[in-house]
Amino acid sequence: MFLQFSLSSLARTFHEYLASNIGEGFLLQVLEMVIMGLVLIVFLVLLCFFLGYMERKVAAFMQVRLGPNRVGPKGSMQIVADTIKLLLKEGLTPNSSDKFLFNLAPMIMVITSFLVVAPLAFSSNFQIWDTSIGILYVSSVSSMAVIGILMAGWSSNNKYSLLGAMRSGAQIVSYELSIGLSLISIVILSGSLQMSEIIQSQQNGWWLLKGHFPVWISFVIFIIASTAEINRAPFDLAEAEQELTAGFHTEYSGMKFAMFLLSEYINLFVVSAIAATVFLGGWMPFHIGNFAAFNQVMDYIPGFFWFMGKTMFIIFIIMWFRWTFPRLRVDQLLNLEWKYLLPISMVNTILVTIMAIYGLHF
Amino acid sequence: MESQSVLFYLISGLTAFSALLAVTASQLFRSAIYLLFSLIGIAAIYFMLDQDFIAAVQIIVYVGGIVVLIIFSIFLTQDSGVEMRKSEWWRIAASGMAALSGFLLTALGLVEYNFVTQSDNLVTGGVKELGRALLSLNAGGYVLPFEMVGLLLLAAMIGCIVIAVKLKELPEGKENIQ
Repeated sequence: MFLQFSLSSLARTFHEYLASNIGEGFLLQVLEMVIMGLVLIVFLVLLCFFLGYMERKVAAFMQVRLGPNRVGPKGSMQIVADTIKLLLKEGLTPNSSDKFLFNLAPMIMVITSFLVVAPLAFSSNFQIWDTSIGILYVSSVSSMAVIGILMAGWSSNNKYSLLGAMRSGAQIVSYELSIGLSLISIVILSGSLQMSEIIQSQQNGWWLLKGHFPVWISFVIFIIASTAEINRAPFDLAEAEQELTAGFHTEYSGMKFAMFLLSEYINLFVVSAIAATVFLGGWMPFHIGNFAAFNQVMDYIPGFFWFMGKTMFIIFIIMWFRWTFPRLRVDQLLNLEWKYLLPISMVNTILVTIMAIYGLHF
Repeated sequence: MESQSVLFYLISGLTAFSALLAVTASQLFRSAIYLLFSLIGIAAIYFMLDQDFIAAVQIIVYVGGIVVLIIFSIFLTQDSGVEMRKSEWWRIAASGMAALSGFLLTALGLVEYNFVTQSDNLVTGGVKELGRALLSLNAGGYVLPFEMVGLLLLAAMIGCIVIAVKLKELPEGKENIQ
């Protein structure tokens, strides 16, 4: 397979190059960690630029307008201009706020978002941390994000912020259950929490394709609940602009506001990447049974493109939601979770368990 | 000193410091946040010991669950931003005594117990082994405690529903049976 290109061989070459110059040991480890962190930050920030642009273009497409089209070719530099604007703006700290917590909150949001990226598999053998508790790690660390929101809302000393934070807290805490249960269905089928093993179990077909209707149900529940978890429309009650001005980040400006935006887009990416990994096979190419010629052609497409393609598809669906569904009321939001999604996903978990025990999937 | 022990003292120092701040902070909300930091510090120590599963459970239960619950109840009470008044001296003295005796008791236990250093043969916290051990009926299995905890949680859940359930409005003059 001389045509196949993989990110893992690139990483290995780089590691060997560094090791031959510095020598194996503690220094090399630290250096590689620092390099990895920098690469991750640059990648995620560039990705957020792209997602911001994509969001505006998708919104414009849905509303039959052009979207950004002045700065750069097809308006692609608009986000860079916005970032420069945010960098130059003053980061205000309200006088009567709790200043320590007010400044800490956006950092907690960004740190949590960055931490969750660690176990994602971008390509075969190309993963920052292939921990044995992959899925559990993701759901546990992402549950810390709510603390950042609550902290921001409380320390702003503003009624709108506090209301937004309360709504968002209630929303995230409730929808976490459905996310957990829908992920558990795949954990049951693949028998592992580890990301690489979950992807490996989909070698002969993605779970969405070979898992019959229980997996379709958990996929739909996962998409709904994760849209709610990342506070995007139609579940954006936390920052419902008509009611609460901007919810928990009303008082934030400049770079601190940009950090909330950054973490929001990283969360969008992470949620879609998890869905792509767990239900759509991550970097696994699309194969049709024993159709060898077709499978071989699909193998030539690098895993990174498969992963990003699937992730972008799910991101597009979540952006599509925003312009399709009206915002829910608070009571509708909680009813949807507690009276519909949670019971359905509980029954679904039992169905998946039966399916896994009797081997009813392909 | 090895990098491992530097890291350990750093993490445990921060954990202890934020635990101290959680007790002494003058605003309720800040106490909750310092408590959060101290709980995250404990999770970090678990991660350092390669006990990933316990660390993740620590975060999901304490940070994502209990601290959020505490913060919510602080939000729902009045004057959460107002500085609390200083305690009287005898209260400080009594709580200090209680903390000191608790510390002494733990320290005594640690000193009395002769720890044997084990370098190899460490417990590997694989999720699969953990799951098998939890549901194993043989010696070394934990199926009984597991089921008991499950029963306890079920009872707690039913209790919550009974408290939170909304009863149908009855016509005037009729008492609710419950």
